Amino acid sequence: MKLTGAEILCESLTQLGVRHIFGYPGGAILPVYDALGKSKLHHVLVRHEQGATHMADGYARASGGIGVAMATSGPGATNMVTGIATAMLDSSPVVCITGQVSSKLLGSDAFQEIDITGITMPITKHNVVVSRVEDIARTVREAFVIANSGRPGPVLVDITKDAQQASCEFDWDAAAPKLPLKRVRNSLDQAEFDRAIELLNNAKRPVILAGRGIILSGAMRAFEQFVRTCNIPVAMTLLGIGCFPASDPMNLGMMGMHGEAWVNHAIQESDLLIAVGMRFDDRVTGDLRTYAKGARKIHIEIDRAEINKNVAVDAALIGDARETLEKLTPHVVNPDRGAWLSHIKELKGDSAVRDIQSLPDNGHLYAAHVINDLWKETRGEAIVVTDVGQHQMWEAQYYHHNRPRTLITSGGLGTMGFALPAAIGAKFANPDSEVWVVVGDGGFQMTMCELATVVQEKINIKIAIINNGYLGMVRQWQEFFYDKRYVATPLVAPDFAALANAFGIRGERITQRGDVLPTIRSARESKETVLIDFRVEQEDSVYPMVPAGASLHEMIRRPNNPLVETAIEP
Amino acid sequence: MQTLVAYVENKPGVLNRVSSLARRLNVNIDSLTVGPTENPEIARMTIVAHTDEKGGHRLEASLEKLVDVLLAENISERALLERDLALIKVLADQQSRPHLMELIKVFRARVVDVAPESLIIEVSGTVEKIDGLLEVLKPFGVLEMARSGRISMTRGGDLLRPPVQTAAASEQPVAAS
Ligand SMILES: Cc1cc2nc3c(=O)[nH]c(=O)nc-3n(C[C@H](O)[C@H](O)[C@H](O)COP(=O)(O)OP(=O)(O)OC[C@H]3O[C@@H](n4cnc5c(N)ncnc54)[C@H](O)[C@@H]3O)c2cc1C
Ligand SMILES: Cc1ncc(C[n+]2csc(CCOP(=O)(O)OP(=O)(O)O)c2C)c(N)n1
Ligand SMILES: [Mg+2]
Repeated sequence: MKLTGAEILCESLTQLGVRHIFGYPGGAILPVYDALGKSKLHHVLVRHEQGATHMADGYARASGGIGVAMATSGPGATNMVTGIATAMLDSSPVVCITGQVSSKLLGSDAFQEIDITGITMPITKHNVVVSRVEDIARTVREAFVIANSGRPGPVLVDITKDAQQASCEFDWDAAAPKLPLKRVRNSLDQAEFDRAIELLNNAKRPVILAGRGIILSGAMRAFEQFVRTCNIPVAMTLLGIGCFPASDPMNLGMMGMHGEAWVNHAIQESDLLIAVGMRFDDRVTGDLRTYAKGARKIHIEIDRAEINKNVAVDAALIGDARETLEKLTPHVVNPDRGAWLSHIKELKGDSAVRDIQSLPDNGHLYAAHVINDLWKETRGEAIVVTDVGQHQMWEAQYYHHNRPRTLITSGGLGTMGFALPAAIGAKFANPDSEVWVVVGDGGFQMTMCELATVVQEKINIKIAIINNGYLGMVRQWQEFFYDKRYVATPLVAPDFAALANAFGIRGERITQRGDVLPTIRSARESKETVLIDFRVEQEDSVYPMVPAGASLHEMIRRPNNPLVETAIEP
Repeated sequence: MQTLVAYVENKPGVLNRVSSLARRLNVNIDSLTVGPTENPEIARMTIVAHTDEKGGHRLEASLEKLVDVLLAENISERALLERDLALIKVLADQQSRPHLMELIKVFRARVVDVAPESLIIEVSGTVEKIDGLLEVLKPFGVLEMARSGRISMTRGGDLLRPPVQTAAASEQPVAAS
């Protein structure tokens, strides 16, 4: 059957199981849009191409599948850059399809011609220009394989307009992926494996560092089995949250810059760290020279380039987390860890057992109240998509996730403006799930145009704006490190509830602590999107905090502890 | 200094990807050479990078993540043969010529072009040897020089061949839900 390139693209995407495409049209991609109209694919019209990439990313993170974003050449493609970089740094499988000027115009600075493969080379796992209709199906299939294999990542396919318009015979079988013949490395090294078991079975004060690789690997069960067998407490990275239930007594909580104090202390005092699918980000380690100095390290990691990158390890188990854990578990023993576990419990002090809700109401509404109420009311079962800033850290501290893929957040790039569009993508991936956006007043203003997408698509998500009148996380740094010189951080915002109304969305504004729960409750009851503007304490800070470059145990703690640092144990 | 050998797909843009990667990793490339292999679809690169062993490992592992790189190997610690080729155009008048010819002989170089006022000398060998010849030629007046950059090969039975087996490419479903 002869099809145009545009039709072949749509047919291939359909065959690959794609249902939703997040995109924005323009001249160089118009043939594809014409074909899209005749296909069964559902196109979500975004309001900015950055939004399209975040939606595809949110879709991927929530589903474990691949998200697809589409844009025209030139400005459409360059608008995708931030979203592609966001996906790259958090290893999210996204396929971006861009239109390109006709092949005979390539290199001539034609109207809306931009070298998008050149621009995105350092921020994609792979990218490619397709200028022949015969190559479209195979290339798209290859893009899908690359995006979601090994360590996942974004792939961009740039298709010239003439290739979209030309026709050729469409033969799915003949268009099978033909990736280069690469060396297959013998991943698991027996000597390293033996050393790892030796270390595991002799450790006195071990801590497991659980990262996003566990979720990407689908290793949750194998991981739990491993934890039970070796009886070692678990610390989570921000992106690892959800890979192991927060309610499990062996789950200590988050590590790192805004991690729990006792978690960081436990890491510093440990004699063995078992890192699983995490990459020792600088937000996690603090000063590398003083990081867990007394600890040997085992690294379970699929990407060889991550081994010894930031932290030198004693045993590197290269390969998929699930496979490695399944091989490892039968060899580990379950010693008595009573002393070590009770020491960690002591480190917790009393801060963990106090309920912020039971603190006397001093007339102030804190972000912690909002997040804690949200957690309680949703019983920790909602998918929460956060933006970047203080509210992101408070979410991580006060919302206790028990399931993977229920916290969706930009960790590596820390992209403000991520939350709303990513939540739209997450909702498409899980139409029956409750999806909450937790976003700052700053970040929301970066991509709030996507409210129109919410309305046009008639989707039901809930938006909680943690409105502190500041670019709060930056203000906090100015408070701590720049003598409270608040340059360019006080921030004017529109009346968000009225703004929501203007989009045709119900909007609420909350200033009193007592109104938080009822409003969340009523928002949940609604079958439509509701936006709640929580006017919270303006100059609150996230504690504890490891200043950038300081040692992990050198945390700034909350002064006089007017509010606890951490919520009740889940 | 770290020396890596890579086999890559012989197609446009691959060199760009490799150099872009090195720049991203903040690794300075001292020399990068590419040439075809006995298989026209595969090219071989020798990369000499200004970095330590840790940087060499990271570069090797990151290179191998590129779809078009079939194999990358840090061979710095192995027994190596390395060659650089240089063409050096040097001032040569009646007086200096005999002296020049002697030096050329000592360095096992060759004269490949003769003009009334100058000679072109071809020399191949290790970087140190070429640098040495250059040093002694300088007083005569070096007019122009072109160097190929380093190519390296492990010695003896230590073979580094392009891979033949393929990593099975499997398509995965898009939506897990
Ligand atoms: C304002 C702000 C503050 C932050 N503060 C903190 C903080 O206090 N604490 C914190 O932890 N983070 C914090 N972060 C996030 C931090 O920057 C990193 O994004 C995060 O620590 C990375 O977590 P990760 O290593 O688990 O995930 P990733 O960066 O996604 O790394 C996952 C790793 O798993 C590997 N992997 C992938 N698939 C597999 C597989 N199948 N098998 C095995 N391995 C696999 C990958 O190769 C990679 O190395 C903060 C971010 C922001 C924006
Ligand atoms: C696109 C982008 N620009 C700038 C930053 C730097 N930055 C990190 S947090 C932050 C403040 C966020 O303010 P807001 O959205 O109001 O959230 P809050 O910290 O107040 O909760 C800024 C500016 C960023 N992460 N992303
Ligand atoms: Mg704010």
